[in-house]
Amino acid sequence: MDILLKQVGYSYAKDTPFEKRALTDVTLHIPSGSYTAIIGHTGSGKSTVLQHLNALLQPTEGSVLIGERKIEAGTKAKNLREVRKKVGIVFQFPEQQLFDETVLKDIMFGPLNFGVPEEEARRRAIALVEQLGLPEDVLEKSPFDLSGGQMRRVAIAGVLAMEPDVLVLDEPTAGLDPRGRREIMDLFYRLHQEKGLTTVLVTHSMEDAARYADTVAIMHSGKCVATGDVREVFANEEQLGDYRLEPPRTVRMQREFEEKTGLTLDELALTEEALAQSIAQALKEGRELK
Amino acid sequence: MMEKMIFGRFIPGDSVVHRLDPRAKILFVFLFIAIVFIANNAITYAILLGFTLLSVFLSKIRLYFLINGLKPVFILMAFTFFLHLFFTEGGALLFSVGFVDVYEEGLRQGIFISIRFLVLVFMTSILTLTTSPISITDGIEVLLGPFKRVKLPVHELALMMSISLRFIPTLMDETGKILKAQMARGSDIGSGPIKERIKAVVPLLIPLFVSAFKRAEDLATAMEVRGYRGGEGRTRYRQLNWRIMDTLSLLLLVGFAGLLWYFRS
Repeated sequence: MDILLKQVGYSYAKDTPFEKRALTDVTLHIPSGSYTAIIGHTGSGKSTVLQHLNALLQPTEGSVLIGERKIEAGTKAKNLREVRKKVGIVFQFPEQQLFDETVLKDIMFGPLNFGVPEEEARRRAIALVEQLGLPEDVLEKSPFDLSGGQMRRVAIAGVLAMEPDVLVLDEPTAGLDPRGRREIMDLFYRLHQEKGLTTVLVTHSMEDAARYADTVAIMHSGKCVATGDVREVFANEEQLGDYRLEPPRTVRMQREFEEKTGLTLDELALTEEALAQSIAQALKEGRELK
Repeated sequence: MMEKMIFGRFIPGDSVVHRLDPRAKILFVFLFIAIVFIANNAITYAILLGFTLLSVFLSKIRLYFLINGLKPVFILMAFTFFLHLFFTEGGALLFSVGFVDVYEEGLRQGIFISIRFLVLVFMTSILTLTTSPISITDGIEVLLGPFKRVKLPVHELALMMSISLRFIPTLMDETGKILKAQMARGSDIGSGPIKERIKAVVPLLIPLFVSAFKRAEDLATAMEVRGYRGGEGRTRYRQLNWRIMDTLSLLLLVGFAGLLWYFRS
């Protein structure tokens, strides 16, 4: 499902002495089936953009087109349930949204709200618990008896159970251990590919953006200052620096390697594996040249 | 809606009223509440209203903003107005609608009580709008000081107040966050039949309670770790200092009370 933000502006607490501008003239196209990363410094407006993607916030200027549905500044949008059914958001620290008696009921909460039959909701919950690597007996436990990492997974399952077309992720792995991070990010990527989901990842981690996304948008003080192919964006170190961002570790290491050896690698390495491979290849070829 | 509420909110500024000592302001408001009851005729109520508007002017708070923010209070005011209008007897009968008779005295009472209400709400709002919550608590702690003699845990009370004030915005933020997360999962407090809306409160309240308890525990631990042990022998980082302006403001209030007393019938 396509999402198009057109010259969106947003101010919190508009028309009061507390008014605070968060977004100015943001135009951003998220094509159907793409994996888009939104990166930017703290307070750049990433999270505000994210809340426009399923009409939790309505723009104070401009318009947002979500699939067929247009949400414009100045008009009060009603019946947003259809939109929210299609666009699932995993918020930062999603375990804060757990509330029900059992994990099963909590996961079923979303789908039931959107009119999925109970049997189907239950089936989805059971399948997701397994996919997220949780033990099966967790279903009948209270979500508050779980460990932090398990709670996070249950909360994510609660969003995935809605089977949205667009998955919006706001720092979904913040505060998890490295292995848990990787597992969860890989799961999102697998779903993205298998189900053809449109995925939007809001993140501080340049490494995650490089590894998973195909398009990257940079936010800076409430404006969308650059969008482009992931390699394009991360190759432009000067631009990243302007917005107080650093290239991913792999790119930095590649640059250092190139500088020290005088060899040039074929393409920008976005993952450790790719970097290792192209270094190995370059060394092999380099040796042959000698 | 929440954004427009100004109850208990503080707007930083640099007016004469902002610069007054919190103790003076609290005393002022308390005395004012008592003084309001001196007024009993048209002239005194007019003076009362004028004095309040002057205070609003001195505090540099826009009147429009004040009125807009206190809308819910006006509903209550209208209610009391009509209550007096319909149920007070005395004076000439003005008119009657069905079985309700409206007397002159009722109209008078209705208007007076509404003004009294308005003046009280405005004055107390000026106090909270121009004084940061932390200075209000400091002020209250000092003013309650004499009650330590009768074993009133003044410091603890003030601490409780400042902690709860401190957490209001945090909890508001959190409510917003959880509300949004549940809205994204298809639960909606803002629309639908009443029964559905009430049901939608549960997914909001439970996470809120859970996090509030967690926060309380964390705060207690943090205080203990830093060796907090109550008010005994504790010095203050924020010093209150009483200036000539503070004395003057209270004297002004006394003069104002005298004026009211003179014109009262």
